Amino acid sequence: MRYHPLSEADRSAMLATIGVPSMESLYADAPPETLLKAPLDLPKGKSELDVERFFARLAARNMPASRAPFFVGASAYKHHIPASVDHLIQRSEFLTSYTPYQPEISQGTLQYLFEFQTQVALLTGMEVANASMYDGSTATAEAVLMAHRVTKRRKALLSGGLHPHYAEVVRTISRLAEDEVETMAPDVRAAEDLIARIDDTLSCVVVQTPDVFGNLRDLTKIAEACHRNGALLVAVFTEAVSLGLLKSPGAMDADIVVGEGQSIGNSLNFGGPYVGLFATRHEFLRQMPGRLAGESVDADGRRSYVLTLSTREQHIRRDKATSNICTNSGLCALAFTIHLTLLGDAGLTRLARVNHANAVLLAQMLADVQNVDVLNEAFFNEFTLRVEGDAAALVERMAARGVLAGVPVSRLLPHAGLDDLLIVAATEVNTSEDRDAFVAALKESL
Amino acid sequence: MLDRPAVVEPLDDDKTPATFTGNRGLDQEEPLIFEIGRLDATGVDIDDPAPIATRLGALERNAPIGLPGLTEPETMRHYVRLSRKNYSIDAGLYPLGSCTMKHNPRSNEKIARYEGFADIHPLQPQSTAQGALELMQILADWLMTLTNMPAVAMSPKAGAHGELCGMMAIKSAIAARGESATRNVVLIPQSAHGTNPATAALLGFSVRVVPAAPDGTVRAQAVKDALAPDVAAIMLTNPNTCGLFEREIVEIADAMHEAGGYFYCDGANFNAIAGVARPGDFGIDAMHINLHKTFSTPHGGGGPGAGPVVLSERLAPFAPVPFIRRNGDALELVEDAEGTQSFGRLTAFHGQMGMFVRALAYMLAHGTDGLAQASKDAVLAANYVRASLRDVMTQPFGDRICMHEVLFDDAWLRGAGVTTLDFAKAMIDEGYHPMTIYFPLVVHGAMLIEPTESESKASLDLFIATLHDLARSAKAGEVARFTPAPRLAPRRRVDEALAARKPVLRWEEKAAAS
Repeated sequence: MRYHPLSEADRSAMLATIGVPSMESLYADAPPETLLKAPLDLPKGKSELDVERFFARLAARNMPASRAPFFVGASAYKHHIPASVDHLIQRSEFLTSYTPYQPEISQGTLQYLFEFQTQVALLTGMEVANASMYDGSTATAEAVLMAHRVTKRRKALLSGGLHPHYAEVVRTISRLAEDEVETMAPDVRAAEDLIARIDDTLSCVVVQTPDVFGNLRDLTKIAEACHRNGALLVAVFTEAVSLGLLKSPGAMDADIVVGEGQSIGNSLNFGGPYVGLFATRHEFLRQMPGRLAGESVDADGRRSYVLTLSTREQHIRRDKATSNICTNSGLCALAFTIHLTLLGDAGLTRLARVNHANAVLLAQMLADVQNVDVLNEAFFNEFTLRVEGDAAALVERMAARGVLAGVPVSRLLPHAGLDDLLIVAATEVNTSEDRDAFVAALKESL
Repeated sequence: MLDRPAVVEPLDDDKTPATFTGNRGLDQEEPLIFEIGRLDATGVDIDDPAPIATRLGALERNAPIGLPGLTEPETMRHYVRLSRKNYSIDAGLYPLGSCTMKHNPRSNEKIARYEGFADIHPLQPQSTAQGALELMQILADWLMTLTNMPAVAMSPKAGAHGELCGMMAIKSAIAARGESATRNVVLIPQSAHGTNPATAALLGFSVRVVPAAPDGTVRAQAVKDALAPDVAAIMLTNPNTCGLFEREIVEIADAMHEAGGYFYCDGANFNAIAGVARPGDFGIDAMHINLHKTFSTPHGGGGPGAGPVVLSERLAPFAPVPFIRRNGDALELVEDAEGTQSFGRLTAFHGQMGMFVRALAYMLAHGTDGLAQASKDAVLAANYVRASLRDVMTQPFGDRICMHEVLFDDAWLRGAGVTTLDFAKAMIDEGYHPMTIYFPLVVHGAMLIEPTESESKASLDLFIATLHDLARSAKAGEVARFTPAPRLAPRRRVDEALAARKPVLRWEEKAAAS
């Protein structure tokens, strides 16, 4: 087997050193009845060529974003990733290293995490950020748990503009952790009155902007109402590129900012792995979940980086830890930070402008199609259409015409009676030909 | 050749030549991006946006963010220089016990980047992603067959997330029995991973610690003694964190079930037994499988991982959404928990698809024989290290067969003036990543060595010879080789106390001015 360096002669010699007669005798501690007497009924090993053939057949049955006019978003976005990003993250020293527990031989990972934390803090307008979470949805759930620890209250209020899957993740963990959650009704036009619902029993209010329907939301007044009542404002975003053009959640006085970082540096990957971003105020630092890289010095006084404040974490605190999380999303965070370094302030702003322009152009074209309404006033690169009939069936018909048109709201909210709504995203990858193809396929499929 | 005398002499720091740049040959210093980047520099050329009237309301940003940019050549140099400050499995033996640093095949990386996998969206029509769903189904079948379990939840994003999933299923099953109020205790051995008590506590369980026997394993009698009507479950790692097979695991499972509790098995160490024994035959109810350990998906400097959870018949109905169901010729994702007993949703989408591709590629490459061989070779390598070092280092539970990792304590260092930490740091100067140290917590000065199946005999022999030499040196009181170590790494020992006392967690403008 090409991955196994030991030969039969090596094995025999090693068994002799150990002083046991056979490989099987190494399992003498296992209850004998539980040891398999014959190989399991699974295929035999394959050559590299055959393995690649097997997967190529499966891959061919999927329609990739790069092979179609593509407008699917709703918390994962198709962006162009510079080739240097993928090259760099495949460096052995990044790809095949462990969590940087030995800082003397892990400065590469620790320094990029320190840079990543700084970039996330700047992007969100917050004071500190951690070294990443699994994804945006789990980061949101962790933010709610953190707000409970900070406020010593156990009730969260979720905006009706929060991605329904994110809301479900929060509700699932809250129910099982025996915390309370209230969820506002789906809020397609960003018209809900959250402020009227805020009182001093809440630990936090969770609001997404741009929201799942694409609307931009001003958080300032909600933050004020939260703070008057001793609650925290948790701001969520799912499209990190939007922060290149929009006021940061920190500038609108959010207390915890969480989001999905996939759209910078990371492929769609059918939903994972992604990278959760998590930032907050310095005063809440000791309640923040997840890993942190910090600056220090080594024995020669040279600037160095090291994992720090681990007394919050499970391997030290066990059942008193701030979270059970014991990993971050290192390589995805690396892809994020490399791509963002390549972009810089100027590149990110420009990228965000192109995204917005492409979405505005598409919205203008669609507004002219009969029986189709664009529902949004303000949006970044995503908006919601009302179509005639069932949007999910429409998406299937458009897919048959080679256009991946968006996410039907019924896929996210199957019982909300919003079956005629379609969430459409446009990014820099869309050309004017793509927009024309969208409109043509839509007209043919309506 | 391996018997060569030690050549290490204490380095005289005064003799280390000072350089103008601060670099030491290939060991190059690298500033932060904030010190070398510019707000107007970029490594991505983007066309001008089409002229439009913006539709951003009043929410447009009106000040720079402060993100430095680098051109592409500068970016390459920055990250390549950083990468060279890291140890990696590709560069050397990485004996981190409990972590499983095995070879990461590059074919898996190539396949994961096929556009049919990497470039598909989790919410595009399922009719356009049937190959992806089939891949998940095939992987699920392999996992169920390897564990002899009837169901698997694919969405957990890491081992600890898998633990959370399994314990949520257990809590839901207990609720369905109407016993939420009375069953709220989880039994956990002292030697468990820290994630186990953290997960239990997160779900409102209180933790009752089960003592280990003098041989490092948990006795069924100790579990029975801790059992009471308030016990919901046990969380037990097998093989355990001391690298030992829990010999009474079947009896423990039986005792749990008789008492109305569930058995959560921490599957972190499944790599010792995959293809050799099936956890379902031990009587477990749930177990997460770290795809980044057993099935070689890269650790990536700390994630992303993946932690699918196999479930027993009793827990399967409570599995999270989404899950895959066959509908005629097609596969479909069930994404809506309403009307089912599912406990809900753990994450936005379907799990770590990128890791699924790599793990399945690893499985197909190995096949049924190859997976068993990998497990056996891993166990063989650990026992070879044990047998080769048993005369110079001490084992907390006596000299007995171990599984994929071997645990030493620091009894043999007592009085030498060298701690476990010093010993580990001296390994760095010899070109090795240290083993896991001070874990499990129950063993004083623990050193947990997991060589994995990926090492050749020559590699193991050199590692063993190195540890022999270091051990001899430590016992001889040559503390100068240990207490200042490492001296040949990109950094000397880093002041962790300072980092925690005065946390500096991001670059600030003023830091550049000083």
